[in-house]
Formats: sequence, structure tokens, C-alpha cells
Amino acid sequence: MHNKEMAASGKTAASRRERPARAGWFGRLLRRLLRVKQTRSIAGDLLNLAVLAAFSVVMIIPILYVINNAFKPLSELFLYPPRFFVENPTFDNFLDLGSLMSNAWVPMSRYLFNTVFVTVTGTGLHVIFASMAAYVLEKHRFYGRNLFFSVVVLTLLFSPTVTAIPNFIILSNLHLVDTYASLILPAVGSSLGLFLMKQFMGNVHDSILEAAKIDGAGELRIFFSVVMPGVKSAWMTLIIFSVQNLWNANGGVSIRSEQLKPLTYALSQIAAGGVRRAGASAAVSVVMMIVPITIFIITQSNIMDTMTASGIKE
Amino acid sequence: MSRSARNSGVGRVMRRIWKDRVSYLFLLPFALLFTLFTVLPVVTSVFYSFTYNNIYEPLRFVGLDNYLRMFTSDAVFPIAVQNTLVFALITGPLGYILSFSLAWLINEVSSGMRMLFVLIFYSPAIAGSIYVVFGVLFSSDAYGYINGFLMNWGFIDRPVEWLSDTRYIKLVISLCVLWSSMGAGFLSFVAGLKNVDRQLYEAAALDGLRNRWQELWYVTLPVMKPQLMFGVVMSISGAFSIHDVTIALAGYPSTDNVATTMVNLMADVGYQRFELGYASAMATVLFAIMIIARQLVNKLIDRVGK
Repeated sequence: MHNKEMAASGKTAASRRERPARAGWFGRLLRRLLRVKQTRSIAGDLLNLAVLAAFSVVMIIPILYVINNAFKPLSELFLYPPRFFVENPTFDNFLDLGSLMSNAWVPMSRYLFNTVFVTVTGTGLHVIFASMAAYVLEKHRFYGRNLFFSVVVLTLLFSPTVTAIPNFIILSNLHLVDTYASLILPAVGSSLGLFLMKQFMGNVHDSILEAAKIDGAGELRIFFSVVMPGVKSAWMTLIIFSVQNLWNANGGVSIRSEQLKPLTYALSQIAAGGVRRAGASAAVSVVMMIVPITIFIITQSNIMDTMTASGIKE
Repeated sequence: MSRSARNSGVGRVMRRIWKDRVSYLFLLPFALLFTLFTVLPVVTSVFYSFTYNNIYEPLRFVGLDNYLRMFTSDAVFPIAVQNTLVFALITGPLGYILSFSLAWLINEVSSGMRMLFVLIFYSPAIAGSIYVVFGVLFSSDAYGYINGFLMNWGFIDRPVEWLSDTRYIKLVISLCVLWSSMGAGFLSFVAGLKNVDRQLYEAAALDGLRNRWQELWYVTLPVMKPQLMFGVVMSISGAFSIHDVTIALAGYPSTDNVATTMVNLMADVGYQRFELGYASAMATVLFAIMIIARQLVNKLIDRVGK
């Protein structure tokens, strides 16, 4: 009933503008190709595409450069003047990297495990804890909630350059130096996730929460089956930030045992080998991108799907 | 009498907290880690700003000396503040508007292409090679891409030293920062735009909104306010703490310190000269500047849709 009404009102809105009726066969074809919304003018949409394409050409340069470099033979990597595109692509850099990795003192699989473990645990906990906190901060009324949220936002404005040392002192006092926890726990307690989730919690309507409460659902149940699905696009976005952050963490000063070092550290050691390793180091840049890009594509396509689903419902 | 009144006051607060215990339990896991690993380091740094601390010796309380020193006897600090403000004023607003505009334009195309554009625009943040590319583009000899192009077309007859000539350093660095400004704010805009209820647009169309500009101003922007505010904090914290890019492109110290920012100076003072107290005082001043900037920008955001 309600849906029908909405569809009807949508139709009147479209017919008021009378644009679709005026479009000729060429316009209809373009519309089909571009899948343009009915209420938009074709000229505007084409202009929009042109602007986006122009910006794409500029924005794609850095990643193209990295990928091209990874396939350049040494002679081209050191070519002067430098060339942007590879002339004679080769897999040698990746093969070099492979043989360097198989000769490592600690097996590469161990580094990989460390990084995957830290990334998955840290991201999972950060998303859940930050969302739980964001949910009550937005939807519950209790003592101190505004103060707490203000502190979260303010900490984002303090330069992390000088907090590195106090951070290390705290880790060391808690006897967490040289454990996975020294990478995971600070990431879980970082402000960014809570701020992001809190800003999206308004999308969950109070009426749905009330309905769930009347049905007798407990708060945890409400959180996991009503709140989290409602803010899916937010935590999908948060996953990208968190994975990128943890995947690229190199352990710095807080991890000392070779056995516990992350993959980034091991690969940056290979890349730090100077001129002889220039090829392998170009390959490292591409290898390290694979996981963040995969996660990016998976989460973003999920965000797009949420939209299409609700679009069909209307 | 007064004791019983206080007791009942404390009792009331305790009763309220007990009544809301579920809310506090939800907050607890995050609050605990946040306090330990985010708040405590910030509080410690602010405390350090009132001390002399070279990391090896026990620290010594010096009152406001660090603050007096940076405003009275430090030759570089005023330059660094000025540079930081210039960079922030150029890259902050432009980067913010650019990332919102692109997110909005992307939201208008069909979903397959939307995915492709989001990936391309966010790719510099994943590739992380942006400084190297800029170094090649703006190389100071005739082989740099920009110099080569300008010389081929006869705009200049000798190569420009983009990264050491004080006239151009700030411009080139700002361009590089803008190039990499599609970050957390951009993705939150993309996600937020997708959450705007379609029914709102339909209702607005019935109310007589004619085009996509009116739709943007009266419907999209007001609904997106939470994401806009998230973007503000992200771009302020980014624009005021530019540091890697200045070192990668102009070196440290740059010619006449034209590109030296407050964070550059902080890292130098703290980790090269081991004056953590002084570096912390600079961080605290920068913190105050960013808080003021956020207040000002939020006032602007409040006007959206009116």
C-alpha cells in the first residue's frame, strides 16, 4: 500500500518534468546505454561523465606508474630521462622477489600469517566495538555521552607525530611490547571508526528500534540484527580504512622478534636493498596493493548493492 | 542535613548510571581501549609541553618556557606557522569541495561505472606513490615532464627549478596534496550519498524543486550534514598536518624554509634534537589552531540548505 503510493508519487514527479516524453529515439538509446535516471537531462549526464573521465585520467596516474614500474626491466628502471610507460614488459621483478622471499630467514608464510592475523582481528574488533559505542552514543540518553563524543572528535585533531612516544611508553608499561596486541589494541581504540559510525547512526530510524523492542528483542539482538544492517555502507567503508591501516603497519618499534614482524616489514627490508633490489622493490609495491584493492572492490560493490536493492523495493 | 543531601545527590546519579548500565556496557570495550591508547597519549603530550624532556634524562618541569620560547626566540617557528596556515587555506577548502563534488557526480552515474570511478579516484590513496610521480613530473632539469612540455611549446626557454625556487615550491606541494585529497572524507561522502532516502527526492520534486542544483542544496546537503562534518574533521586534520610530502618534494629544510610546516618542525625538534617537551608544546599550539578552524568551518556547514 505504502510502496504503491510512493511509486505513484514518483511517477507524477517524473511526468511533471515531461523530459522522458520529449526524448527522441537517439535520446532513448543514450538513456538505455547510460541508464540515466528519468528525471535527469541527457546533456547534463554526458557533461557529468566528461568531467569524471577528465579527472580519472589525472587520478589514475600514480597507480599506473607503480604498475608500469613493476614490469620494467632494470635497464628501463634506471633509464634517464625516465619513461612513464614500460617498453619491454617482463616478469623478472616478480620472479626476483619470489626467490628473495623463499630465501628469507623466517619463512614468508609466517610474515603473511602475522599480517593477516593482525589485520583481521584488529579490523573485526574495531568495527564491532566502535559501532556498539556509536550506537548507544546516538540512540541512548545517558550521563556523559556528549562529553565522551566531543573527546573522540578532539583527539582526531591532535598531531600523531608527538604521541608516538607516550604511546610506546604506555605499551611498554602494559607489557605489550613485542606482542600482536601492540599493533591490534591501539588500532581498535582509534577515534576514526567511532566518529564515522556515529555520523551514520542517524540512518537507523527510532521507529524500527521501538518496534524491535516491542517484539522483545534484547539490546545485543537489536544491535546485530537491526542497527548493523541499517548502517552497512558505513562499516563497509570503515573496513577499507582499517584494513589499509593495519595491512601497511610495519611494526615499527613495538615489535622486535623477527617471528612476529608483519609482511610489510619483511618486504620493505627486501626493497631497502639498494640498487640491486630496485626491480624487486618495484614488484613489492604492486604485491602490497593486491589485498587493499581486493578489499576495496568487495566492500564498495557491497555498498552499491545496498542501493540497488532498496531501489527495486521502491 | 547537608550530608544527607549530598548522599541523595550521589545516590541519584548512581541510580541513573545503574538504570543505563546497558548503554555503558556497550560503550565500555571501545572506551577502555580509546582511553588507554588514544586519550592518554594526548594528555601525556600536553603534560610534556610544560617540561624539558630529552627522553634519556628524567624530565624537568619548566612551566610555560616552551611556549615563550617558540613565540619569542625561535626564528623558524613563526615561518612554520605561516606556511602551515597557507597550505591549510589552499588545500583544505579546495580538497574538501573537490572530494564532495566528485562524490556527488559519481552518485549520478549508473552503478557499474560508479564502482570504476570510485576505485580510480581512491587509487592514489592505495598506491601511495604519489610523491615519486610528482618528483618525476616536476623534475628541475629539462627532462622533467612539465619542463619538457613547457619548453617544447615555447612557454619557457630554460628549465624551471620547481622544487627549489621559492616562488613555486608551495604551489607544487599544494597541487600534490590536492591530488591525494580523495581519502577518508571522499569515501564517507560516497557512502553517505547512497544513504539519502529516494523518497525525499520524490517528495521534493512534488514540492516543485526544478533541477539537480536545487535538489543538492535543499535535500542532499542537509541530509548529508553528519558526513559533511566528518569530512571537515578529516580535511582539517589532513590540511594542517602536511609533512611527508614537503620532505619528499622539497627536502628538509627546504630553500629558505618555504615549505617547512609545523609538523615538519615538530618532528625535527622531537626526534632529531630530542627536545620532546618543546615538540609537544608545538603540537599543543597546532591542536588549538585546528580546534578553532573546526569551530569556524562548522558554523559554515550549519548554513547548508537555508
